[in-house]
Formats: sequence, structure tokens, C-alpha cells
Amino acid sequence: MSVPLQAGMESCVGPEKGELTPAFESQADELISRYPVSKRSAVLPLLHLWQETFGYIGPRGVEWIAKKLSLQEIQVLELVTFYPWFRQKPVGRFHFRVCRTLPCALGGSGKTFAALKKLMNLSSDGHEGAMISEDGLFSLEYSECLASCGTAPVVLRNDEFYEKVDEKRAADLVAGCR
Amino acid sequence: MNPWNHDVAKDENDLVDVQVDGVWTRMPRGLNVVEVAQRAKKFIPHYCYHPKLSVVGNCRMCLFEMGTPKMGPDRKPVLGQDGKPEIAWMPRPQIGCATNITPGMGIKTDSPLVKDCRNGVMEFLLINHPLDCTICDQAGECKLQEYSVEYGTGESRFIENKVKKPKNVDLGARIVLDDERCILCSRCVRFSSEVMKDDVLGFVNRGSHSTLTAYPGKSFDNAYSLNTVDICPVGALTSKDFRFQMRVWFLKETKSICTSCGTGCNVTIGSREGKVHRLTPRENEAVNSLWMCDFGRLNFHFLESKDRLHRPLLRAAGEQFPGTWADAIQRSADGLKKVKPEDIAVVASGRLTLEELFVLKRLVTELGVTRVDTVLNLGQADNFLRSGDGNPNRRGTELLGLSSGGRKLGSWGAEIESGKIKALLVTGGEDVVAAGISAASLAKLELLIVSGISVHETTRMAHVVLPGAAFAEKTGSMVNVYGRLQRMTRAVPPPGEAREEWTILRDLRIALTGGNSLHSVEDVWKSMAAEVSQFSGLSWAKIGDLGIQIESVSQPAESVTG
Repeated sequence: MSVPLQAGMESCVGPEKGELTPAFESQADELISRYPVSKRSAVLPLLHLWQETFGYIGPRGVEWIAKKLSLQEIQVLELVTFYPWFRQKPVGRFHFRVCRTLPCALGGSGKTFAALKKLMNLSSDGHEGAMISEDGLFSLEYSECLASCGTAPVVLRNDEFYEKVDEKRAADLVAGCR
Repeated sequence: MNPWNHDVAKDENDLVDVQVDGVWTRMPRGLNVVEVAQRAKKFIPHYCYHPKLSVVGNCRMCLFEMGTPKMGPDRKPVLGQDGKPEIAWMPRPQIGCATNITPGMGIKTDSPLVKDCRNGVMEFLLINHPLDCTICDQAGECKLQEYSVEYGTGESRFIENKVKKPKNVDLGARIVLDDERCILCSRCVRFSSEVMKDDVLGFVNRGSHSTLTAYPGKSFDNAYSLNTVDICPVGALTSKDFRFQMRVWFLKETKSICTSCGTGCNVTIGSREGKVHRLTPRENEAVNSLWMCDFGRLNFHFLESKDRLHRPLLRAAGEQFPGTWADAIQRSADGLKKVKPEDIAVVASGRLTLEELFVLKRLVTELGVTRVDTVLNLGQADNFLRSGDGNPNRRGTELLGLSSGGRKLGSWGAEIESGKIKALLVTGGEDVVAAGISAASLAKLELLIVSGISVHETTRMAHVVLPGAAFAEKTGSMVNVYGRLQRMTRAVPPPGEAREEWTILRDLRIALTGGNSLHSVEDVWKSMAAEVSQFSGLSWAKIGDLGIQIESVSQPAESVTG
């Protein structure tokens, strides 16, 4: 569950500060052009685009998308907070998602998570959104079903998918990032 | 005015047969089941559905059992012994708000299935509700309370922890939100978006964590924001002005109208022991539907102002001293008698009721005074309910021939200076200093009589001050800018010795001219109906709670020009 945005809290730290390139703009326009009847429908594709580009969706993203689609900011924020996939804060360069839905939980995803947490030197219990390592290299969070129950426990590192991740394999994954 | 009017049929004569709780009846095509049940004197409880807002169907409280006519092999309805179609009932309930009636539809509003559904919905709604009714402003007029009594179980099976949410959220200038009480019906969100076109509210997060909020950094304070407090079925949105002030069941409710502008929105005055605690809009589709502006709603605190006039004041040796009504009336009458009628000017007020204006009209006619005018009180029209005319009864002054629209008044300052006007009678608490007649000019008058409700520059200059009653303190009628005659009813007594102004003018008239035919509001109406064609055949009682259109004014000029 994400925490609602607090105005001024985040002040667009991290990549969201970056410039909007002409390539980004034209990509956004292309996405909008796919919905000729109601451009409001482009809001989810744009949110994905923004998060892929900047790593998270802060107030700048919400406001830019709202303006682009002639929506009110609150209408975009509702979606950002509704879907757990969307983040309102930056994550580490390597973002790990550990499935905690039943088959993975039975398969030992809790142990995997604890191992990753220790390797990344993180605190907190992981149930309050993503944890980020101090150097900004790693971040870790639980996720719901990643659709590979037969190979539990499963982990997503950025966009790469890893199966049967026990504590040993978790260490390999972390080591591979250094 | 409203984007939706689900309670209004497109054509009242285009009827279809429906069966409501076993009784066949004919209802206008296109109405939804909640409205049809209402017309059939049945009630389907609902939270999110509102007749003036879009249908979202998210509260599930209006579930009902639905059936359609059984069809035979010939694709014709199978008729029962009574000649009416036999109904095939669907096994699952439907929501009444989003279901429009079709010919032959069967509707059950209180079957065991329906009762079971309501029971379940109530239990779900109360799972995370804090049940802090003891300190909740909505208690006593809360749909959650009411439906719990009527459709709930009385106990909960929920033993887990309730979700914690923000309890004291400052949404804007006039509204505080308690998120734990919110049942996520989205009426406020839809009102803001659809009626006010001011989208700042929305739900963030998901599931039982869903939370009503304004977009961070934006506040919810449009000119009509307090209407959301009215339509909020629970105690989530509360008015800062009324919050924790009074338990609603102690409030005496009096039907009246708002006098803050020329629209005259219909209101209910909530008062207790002589004190007004709130104004709420009262439904009148011809005037304000279910809404009123925040300004008008909160414009009653002046009733309790320390500037109110409580007793008649008489000037002696350059200062004003409290006096008796008898002395004040006598002094006014004696003073006016000494001045020639052509040297007298009278300010009639667009804030007076028709009854008061009519007594005043008699008075000036009998005296032979011709200098009579009103003060224009212009405001800012907002293209919704607020009129650019600050006088609630300007049309009344025109119908009774007491106004030149401020044209005459413009030259009175100079005429006082040149000695043409020696006496001035100001009614309705008008501040003529603010209207352009300087205090220095007023000082030159031989006689200045002011009747009004609070102290201002003009009352300070007066030789006689006659304390009158404000809108919530008097009974009468007014004509709004659209030509609708409407009633107001006294909710609280005026402060101290202050009196309804029509009795002041009546006594002044008796003392001055001996005219004594107008002793009651009924007398006034009898004469007024005979003299003014627009009022012919009418009486105060006949006006009714919703008023009467006496002339058709579709678009008053000031609402366009502001």
C-alpha cells in the first residue's frame, strides 16, 4: 500500500528531475494517439512510460500527465495510488521484488526475502513499501503473485525474472549487481 | 442547473406497467427503480445514489429483487389468472439506482433476499466505521445510523482490527473531513466534479485503505463546498462552522428563504432557544434545487453581533439614549408632522418584506411624500445561484412603486445640503452613508429616523433609531429576481425590544395619519391583493412553502452583467 503524496514532501529528487526529451514527448504523443475516442484512456500507458523513464511517479509526473490529458491531478493520483506497481518514490538501481503469495510463501520466499535484506543491509519489515539501501544501489519489496507458482519462490530483479531463488541463489543475484 | 435529474421523468405521460411488491402500477418510462419505489410509496435505502448526480452504484445498499415477464413459446408474455404477466424472478439481486424500469418489470423491495442483502451490506459498511456517534455531528441525521436501525443486525461479527485513517483532515476553508467515517459513496466527489466543475476530491489507495482526499496542496473551498456536507450521508464531511456546536435533534426547523441575494434560495433555519445554529438548503426545483452558496449559508452570525440594535434610541443633547417604543414612535410622528411632505424623503429597502413595504407605501401615500427610493445593493453574480442583486426583495419594491432604482436617491445628498430635504426616514437598516449621502449632509437634517438591525454610520447620525428584526426573526414574503413570490417564517425572536419592522411602520402610521386598517399580516395581504394586480387572489397562506411564480423573468439583467 502506498502512502498518498504529500505536497512538497518529495521535491522531485532523483531521476524525475531529469529533462523531458523530445523522444519522450513523441513517445507520449504516440501512446495518446492510440486512443482517439477518449485520450483519458492513455493515462495508464503514460504512467507506465513515466515510471519506466524516471523510475517512479512523483508530483511532477502526476501533474505533467494530468495536463497532457486535460485531467485533474487528483484523477491521476487516484490511479497511481491504486496500483501497487506504480511508485511515488525512487527505488534503487537494482530493484528486487519477492513474491509473497501463498505458493511462494510456502516455497520459502520469506527466507529469500530475509537473505536479500541482510545482503543489502536493509532495515524495516518490508511490509510498508520498498526499502532502499543507503548507497541507492538496491531496493527490495514484496510483491503479489508473479505467475510462476511452479518454480517458487520467484524474484524479479528490475525486469529480469528468476525462479527457485533460495538463499544461495539470492546471494548470487546480489553479487551479480556489484 | 443540475447535470442529472433522475427523479424527473422525461415524459410523465409515457407510462409502463411495473409490479412493485406485488401491486401492478404504471410509472413513467426511464425512471430508475429507486425513484419508482419512492413513487409507489416504498423506500429503497441508498447511500451513493443521489437524484442530482451521476449513478455510480458503489454502495450496494439499493439491492432489490428483479423479475421480467415470463415469455411463452410464441414470444408473448404468459398471462396469469389476473390477466397480468407472470413474472420470472432473477435469482440474484440488482441495484435499484442503475436499473431503469422496463414494461412488465417486477420489483421486490422487502423480500427475504433483499432484507438479507441489506443486512450484509450494512455489516460490511460498519466493519471499519469508528462508531463514534457520541461525538459525531451527523448523529441524528445519519443514514448509517438510520439504516442500521432499520436494516442492520445490531451486532458485528468483525473481531479484527479496524483500519486507521486520518480523522481530522482540513479539506479547505469551511470543511473538515473524518476519513474513518467515510463510506466512500463518492457523492462529494461527484458534486464537486459534476455540479461545481471543481475536481479536487478523489479516492487514493485501494480496498479497505481507500481514502477520500483533496489533491495535495489544493484545498476544497469552492463557493458551494458546504453542499457536500449536506449530501454526505454520514459524518465524514463536517462544516467547520457547525462542527461540535449543537446536537441536531435539538434544532427547531423553520422553513424560510435566504436573504443574502436576490435569488432567495429556500432554506431551513435550524435554531434552538432563540439562537440560529445553521441554515441548510431546502429543495425547490424552481429556485435552488437542493443547493445554496456557502456565503448565504453562513451569513447569519450577524444575528448575534454585538452591533445589533436592542432598544429604541432617541437623540438628546447630541447623544443617543435608550427610550421606550411609545416615545420613539411619538417623537418620530411629531417630528414628521412638523415637516412639509415635499421636504420629506423616504428610503424604502429591498431588504424589507412585501408586508413591511406595503405598510410603508400606505404611510408615504397618506402623507403625500413623493421622494421615495431604494438603495441598490449590488453584489457579484456567479452564474450559478448567486444573483448580482444584493436586495432579496428589489422586485417587491418595484411592484409596490417604491423604487426608482436608486436614481432619485443619487441627488438626495445635494438636496439635503440645499435644504430641500429636511427629514429623512430610512427603513430596512440601509446605510445611506455607504450609499453616498455623507454624514455631514445627514447632520444638516432636521429629522433623521432610521429603522434597522445593527449600528452603522447612518444609525449613529439618527435622531430616532427604531430596532427591527432580521430575516430569521420575521415572518413575511418577498419576490425574488426571477419573479417568484416566496415566504419567510420567523425562527427566533428579535433581540431585546427589537420588533418586526412592519409593526414599527404600522404604529408609526397610526400615530401619523390615524390610518389603522392594517393590524395583521392578513389585513396587509387583503389590501395588497386588491391594489397590486400581481398579488390579486393571493394571501400569505396561499404562497405555500415553495412559493408562487407571479411573473416570468427568465434571465434577470444583473445575473448576466454581474
